[in-house]
Formats: sequence, structure tokens, C-alpha cells
Amino acid sequence: MKKLLFALATTAAVIGFSAGAYAADKAKVCFVYVGSKTDGGWTQAHDIGRLELEKALGDKIETQFLESVPEGPDAERAIERLARSGCGLIYTTSFGFMDATVKVAAKFPDVKFEHATGYKTAPNLATYNSRFYEGRYIQGQIAAKMSKKGVAGYIASFPIPEVVMGINAFVTGARAINPDFKIKVVWANTWFDPGKEADAAKALIDQGVDVLTQHTDTTAPMQVAAERGIKAFGQASDMIKAGPETQLTAIVDTWGAYYIKRTQLFLDGKWETQSSWDGLKDGILTMAPYTNMPDDVKAMAEETQKKIESGELKPFTGPLKKQDGSEWLAAGASSDDGTLLGMNFYVEGVDDKLPQ
Amino acid sequence: MGIFEAMLLTIITAATPLVLAAIGELVTERSGVLNLGVEGMMVMGAACGFIATQATGSPYIGILAGIAAGALFSLLFGFLTLTLVANQVATGLALTILGLGVSSMIAEPYLGQSGIKLPQIVFPVLSDIPFLGPVLFKQDLIFYLSIALVAGVNWFLFKSRAGLKLRSVGDSHASAHALGINVIRTRYLAVMFGGASAGLAGAQLSLVYTPQWAENMSAGRGWIALALVVFASWRPWRIVAGGYLFGAVSISQLYAQAFGIGIPSQLLSALPYLATIIVLILISHNRRMTLINTPASLGKSFVPDR
Repeated sequence: MKKLLFALATTAAVIGFSAGAYAADKAKVCFVYVGSKTDGGWTQAHDIGRLELEKALGDKIETQFLESVPEGPDAERAIERLARSGCGLIYTTSFGFMDATVKVAAKFPDVKFEHATGYKTAPNLATYNSRFYEGRYIQGQIAAKMSKKGVAGYIASFPIPEVVMGINAFVTGARAINPDFKIKVVWANTWFDPGKEADAAKALIDQGVDVLTQHTDTTAPMQVAAERGIKAFGQASDMIKAGPETQLTAIVDTWGAYYIKRTQLFLDGKWETQSSWDGLKDGILTMAPYTNMPDDVKAMAEETQKKIESGELKPFTGPLKKQDGSEWLAAGASSDDGTLLGMNFYVEGVDDKLPQ
Repeated sequence: MGIFEAMLLTIITAATPLVLAAIGELVTERSGVLNLGVEGMMVMGAACGFIATQATGSPYIGILAGIAAGALFSLLFGFLTLTLVANQVATGLALTILGLGVSSMIAEPYLGQSGIKLPQIVFPVLSDIPFLGPVLFKQDLIFYLSIALVAGVNWFLFKSRAGLKLRSVGDSHASAHALGINVIRTRYLAVMFGGASAGLAGAQLSLVYTPQWAENMSAGRGWIALALVVFASWRPWRIVAGGYLFGAVSISQLYAQAFGIGIPSQLLSALPYLATIIVLILISHNRRMTLINTPASLGKSFVPDR
């Protein structure tokens, strides 16, 4: 037994040493994923970003990732393991990793951390996010043009500001085209459950919505929409394969450029904490090709996209009312980022009661 | 088609995998074996069913592959717990973790592919019955199988000699052994039946419910099936009642949300579990009835003394 222990200890030491020696040559950049890197949605988009980073800076860095890390106590262990194993820069790519990242960042002041979609920073912890709502505003406009009934269905995950913001952007876009437009919201209370997402899609379609959008991660709703012959929007990745004649467009997350920029700063020793929130104009968010729609709708969508990119159009610009009819933004006024990041109310036109 | 028919169709799709996995586990548990690996066997069935369907173009071959995958995978559990007498609880949990991992690995190339949906089998005259016709007689093969299986298991357990032997093994393996019943063989067969049913339930997920493969796509349904067996106090038809109750409550809450009913969605999401717990309390109220139906040797290992 003693011999075995000794052998194990030696092996561990050798592995540890070789890993240490290797890390000295190349900086190690690590990623923590909430899902599988081939989930066809959120995590896959991050992994594509990682591969682009490897391609761009592969001679100076090596990347490592942990996939399907559950949010909660396990996440803290996973992040800490990476920090201990010599990662110099760690990207944690889900909102639910926020507190775990904060804790580990405090323990490892020499390691740099970047947390996606969160709001807590530290001297060695930056946050980054994408203005997904810009894409959802365009989707809302398209939905208003494409829907015959003036009602769209929205499959939501959890009532967090990010998701509420998306719903409001969609409705605001739609009502810019059709002031009577309404949406029905179903909360699936999951990011990832193909069956439940499909059930939610069926529930919405059975009650008469003829355009569907989702803020959950699988292609199941797109599949149901295709089966029932209505149109739908993809989420996080281009989902055209699941609905070649169904997908109107999709919000596609493109993190690559951001990862390259920040990792370069890290290599140059110029990395500093920040809260980055880029959008369509920075290319962190792109729209999948506008398909399955008439040319005039496509032209309108492209026009809106250009205006958002140039800064001429801000999606949340008054006059806008809250769901209860009270004024939110006066004519011409735009929302500040703080309100958006803590959004906990609906705008007018949402046929749902916001879970608090 | 009215909204209630549409709702019923959605409920049936959601309840069928629960019923299938639960009826298999019921037989396993009636033989005295507790297999907590339902989730793992289910997800293996989903993966293999999908792969076979994509490879051959026939969802019926996919169904067979799903059944075979579940049965083979449960054989591993059988070997460890029945032959090597490993702890059933630990082995079952390990089977779930293993199933999730292996299925993700073998089915990775199939991610993002659109599958082939199992076609409906329409009964000519019966499907014309108003309301019930389209709901009950315009379904896919797996739905019909699920009902036939429950009826078959009910008959087998309580009307056949082999079923009596299986129950006696579950109630007192020592007495059954003394009577000359081959306890280990009986349990192997029961475990494999449970695996095959869970595999079929998995195939339903990737061929009917959502014709695609996604990692971990069973999303906890195996655990609900396990709870249903207790809910049903090991009686076959109660599995159908429990599965459809759970399906009905979880689907109705989605429809209620789309309708804009204004009840917090977190509460609505908890309703299926709440309903299950309440019924469970009502059922177990009668302690004598519960004891009669609970397999007395459940979870206990058997080593024949030769």
C-alpha cells in the first residue's frame, strides 16, 4: 500500500511538474462552459470564439476548457481547479457562474477572470456582455410584418433582467411597426430541456400565435414551428438546419473578436478590469441571413440593423409605456444601461404577468 | 381541432415516456431490485434510437435499437448487482452517470441533425369518433405499445403463474429460493425488462417527442418515472393515472401561461410535483394497503447459500 501511494505521489508530482513547465512556455487561457460545446446554441458560440482565439494567438497561448459545468457549488470547484492548474486568464461563460467566479477571483489575485453577462467586477475580474436586445428589436419588427394575427409567442427561460430585456425589446420593435401587436410569454423555467421547450411551443401555437421566438437553448421549438408551418427565430446560433423553411433569422453570438482583443491585452500586460457591453456595431452579435420572408421585410430588417449599427436608432427610445400604462420614457429619451441591466418590468403589449 | 384536443395530444406525448419507463421499473422493483439507473438507460435508448434511425432511415429500426440499448445497458447493472452483489443504490446512480456520459460521446456526431419523426398509425373507423378519435386512434406505435405494455404487465403480474413467481421473489427471496425458484434468473429478466422499457421511453424522446438528439435530453424524466412507481404503489394501472396526472398538470401550466392567467410561473412549474406529493400522501394514508403492495425484499441483495 505504501509503495502504491508513493508511486501515485511520484506520478502526480511528475504530471504537475510537466504541466508547470509547459505553462511557462505558453500562457494558458481557460474557459468554463455551462453546456456541451456542441449544444448548437449558447455554449457552441463560445467555443467557436475559443477556436478563433486559438487560431489568432495559437503561437503564444494554449486554451483549455471545461464543459457541462453545473451552476452552483460545482462551478466554484471547477473554476478553482483551473486557477490552480496554471490558467492565467479564465473566461466563465454563464450568468450563473457569477458568485463562484467572484469567490475564486478573490482567492487568486494574480489570475485574471472574465465573466459573461454578469454585473459583479473586481480588480482582477471583468465582465462582458452582448447587446442581444438589439437583435431582438429587429426580430420584433420582422414578426410584426410577418404575423397575420398580430400575436407572437415567446418561450422564456428564467425571469432575470437579461430575458425581460429581450422580451421588451421584441415588443418595442414589433409595436414600432404595428402599434396593436401583442406577445404571449411562456416561462419554461429551464435553459435546456428539448421536451419542455417543445411543449411550450405547442402551447403557444395552439393558442393562435403565428410567429415564435425563444430564449432557451435547444432547437426543439424551431422544430415544432416547422412541423406546424409557422415562422420562428433562432437563438444564440444559426438554427437554420432545424427549420430550413421556418427560420426568419437568428441572433448569433460571435465572441471571437472579443476573446482575441482581451487575450492580447492580457499577453501585453495591459489587461484591466472593465464592464464591456458591445452590440451589433462591434460584431459581438450578428444576425443570421434574413430568410423565408418577402423582400420588403428583408429590406426593412437590414435598414433597421444599419441604423442600430450607426447609433442612429436606440431600441429603447420613448415614448414608451410600462405594462401598467404609466410612462417609462418620454418622447425622444433613451434608456440608460443601468435600467436595462436591472430590468424588472414589462413594457406595454406583453400579455403576461412578470414573475417576481 | 379544438384547444382541448390539442392539449390532450401534447399531454399524451409528454406522459408516454414516463409511463413506459415507470412500468419497466415497476416490474424490476416487483422482483425486489431497485434500479436507480432509469435516467441513464433512458438517455442511452434515446441516443441509440436516434443513431439507428439516422443510419437506416427507419424509425422502426430506431425503436428496436432503443429497446436493445436499454436492455443491454441494464444487463451491466444486473451483472454488477446480481452476480457480483454490488450495492444496488450506488450501482444504479453510477449507471445514470455512465449513461449520460456514454450517450453524449457516441451520439456527438448527430448533434444538430433533424431526425425522422415516427409516423402515426391511424385506425380507419375509430379515428372518426368525435373528440376521442383523433386523440386516441391517430397516434404513433410507441403510444399504443405503452398502453399494451401496462395491460400486459398487469395481466402478467396478477394473473399468470410466472408473475406470481416474480412477485414472490420480490417479497421474500429466501422463501422463493427454498421453493426452487431461480431468484437470480428471475431478477435478471426483470432488470432487462426494465431496461428495455426505459430504452423504449428514450426512443420516444428522440423519435416522437422531439425528433433530434441533444445531450442529456431525458432532462430528469427517469427520476420522475422512479417516483411514479412509488406513487403508483407498485400497481400497473396507477402508473398510467400518475403519469397522465403529472403530464396533464405540467402541460396545463404551460397552456395557462400562454393564456395569460397571471399566476407566477414558478408556482405553476412546481404544480406537477405538488400534485404528485398530495396524491402520494393520500395513497400512503392507508398503511396496510401500502405494505401489501410494497415488495418486501426491495433493494436487498440475494446470495444463494449453496
